[in-house]
Amino acid sequence: MASYKTNEFKGGLKIMLDGDPYTIVENEFVKPGKGQAFSRVKVRNLKTGRVVEKTFKSGDSVEAADVHETDLQYLYNDGESWHFMDTETFEQLGADASAVGDAAKWLKEQDMCRVTLYNGAPLSVEPPNFVVLTITQTDPGLRGDTATGGTKPATLETGAVVNVPLFLEEGESIRVDTRTGVYLSRAKEE
Amino acid sequence: MADHWRPRASLAAVRARARLLAGLRGFFAERCVLEVETPILSAAANPDPAIEPLHLDADLTGAGPGRWYLQTSPELPMKRLLAAGSGPIYQVCKVFRADERGRRHHPEFTMLEWYRPGFSLDDLMDEMAALVRCLAADAGLAEERITYRDLFRDRLGVDPSSSQLQTLQSTAVEQGIASARALDLDRDGWLDLLLSHCLEPHLGQGGLTFLHDYPPSQAALARIVPGERPVARRFELYWRGMELANGFDELADADQQRLRFEQDLAVRAGRGQAPLPPDGHLLAALGHGLPACSGVALGLDRLLLCLCGHDHIDQVLAFPVERA
Repeated sequence: MASYKTNEFKGGLKIMLDGDPYTIVENEFVKPGKGQAFSRVKVRNLKTGRVVEKTFKSGDSVEAADVHETDLQYLYNDGESWHFMDTETFEQLGADASAVGDAAKWLKEQDMCRVTLYNGAPLSVEPPNFVVLTITQTDPGLRGDTATGGTKPATLETGAVVNVPLFLEEGESIRVDTRTGVYLSRAKEE
Repeated sequence: MADHWRPRASLAAVRARARLLAGLRGFFAERCVLEVETPILSAAANPDPAIEPLHLDADLTGAGPGRWYLQTSPELPMKRLLAAGSGPIYQVCKVFRADERGRRHHPEFTMLEWYRPGFSLDDLMDEMAALVRCLAADAGLAEERITYRDLFRDRLGVDPSSSQLQTLQSTAVEQGIASARALDLDRDGWLDLLLSHCLEPHLGQGGLTFLHDYPPSQAALARIVPGERPVARRFELYWRGMELANGFDELADADQQRLRFEQDLAVRAGRGQAPLPPDGHLLAALGHGLPACSGVALGLDRLLLCLCGHDHIDQVLAFPVERA
């Protein structure tokens, strides 16, 4: 496995620490004018998301983590795993609940997702920034109140619940920003 | 990048640099300190293991190809001028150091270096403080002086010369450097870790802080005062949590100097660093006689950071190396 020296450290670099894959968030070069140089880094554990600080002696080497990101198409959930496909090689990969995490509530079949692979297996899944989903349940809006900004909760086909304007009804499709979970607009019928 | 032709520093910072240079030239002219220039390229290099020089391979004399080192500081040739009887001198110049890049480091930076024959280290600290007060236009800028040993004892409860290495390591862990458990360092390495991570951020926050009287193992080119607890007559100036300057009561003994060059070269060899040609001209000059003097090097880019209230060196560089 390849390794990196401290002078190659930069934000985004994927390294192995104590058996877990990490990404470098921030690297600070620290050196007294007449003394030992250090790399003081903030790193995020790619499994737990926790950010910790580490100090390395300049010139030390760290093992590279076999981590890379790829765009995969979400296929289906069999009750245990979420299955994704590489649309070029047609290779299929299963991701478990810990990898999918909160992304699960936005995953719609056929959508392309950014999947982080660690040693070839999905480590985390990022849904598309914007998704179009159908409302499966919402209370009827109050008559006459069509444009005055009130909202109500609506359950979407993937299970996510978002606040939508009162005039929307079951069966309608809406655009949602998955990063904030905020309703954006009615989706155009395709 | 499309906009990389543009300067990284604001034009206000570019003007502040010009004011800084004019101000320091006025300060030294008034005190009759002579401005000098010495070569950036030299056939010799300072073998300090903590500093890695850059070099250039070229035939500059017509006598065939040679290796020329870019200066890491103008210290060695300036001492040759002092030995030749120049009297007090200063220089503003670019210096170069390999493998140094970060928020406060740039491989090429501007150094102000000056030497004062007849000055004690305390006299030089006085003058350093006067210079910064003048450049900051703040006559009331406070200063404090603390020895290296007292700083470690007061703030961390360890003694830099007598505490066990394990104590230094566990202190680092207690101070929040969790990964210190995995570090393999010698005594000076642990002291550097504690100083840079735990102490430096608090130094110079209420004005200027002079840290002085270093362990003899960190003497570099400073004179060592023998005694029950020998110390190197060296100071560092800190302002706003940043190291700005390094000053010495200069080592003038040619034999001592030769010994330190040899020790430095041995350390370099032990660490697998490239050997460097020591400066025979400097040794000859010391043999001729260097007047008793104190000298200091100040990083002007960092001083400018303090004066402008910035926190990244790129904010005061017109074209950092990535756009050079």
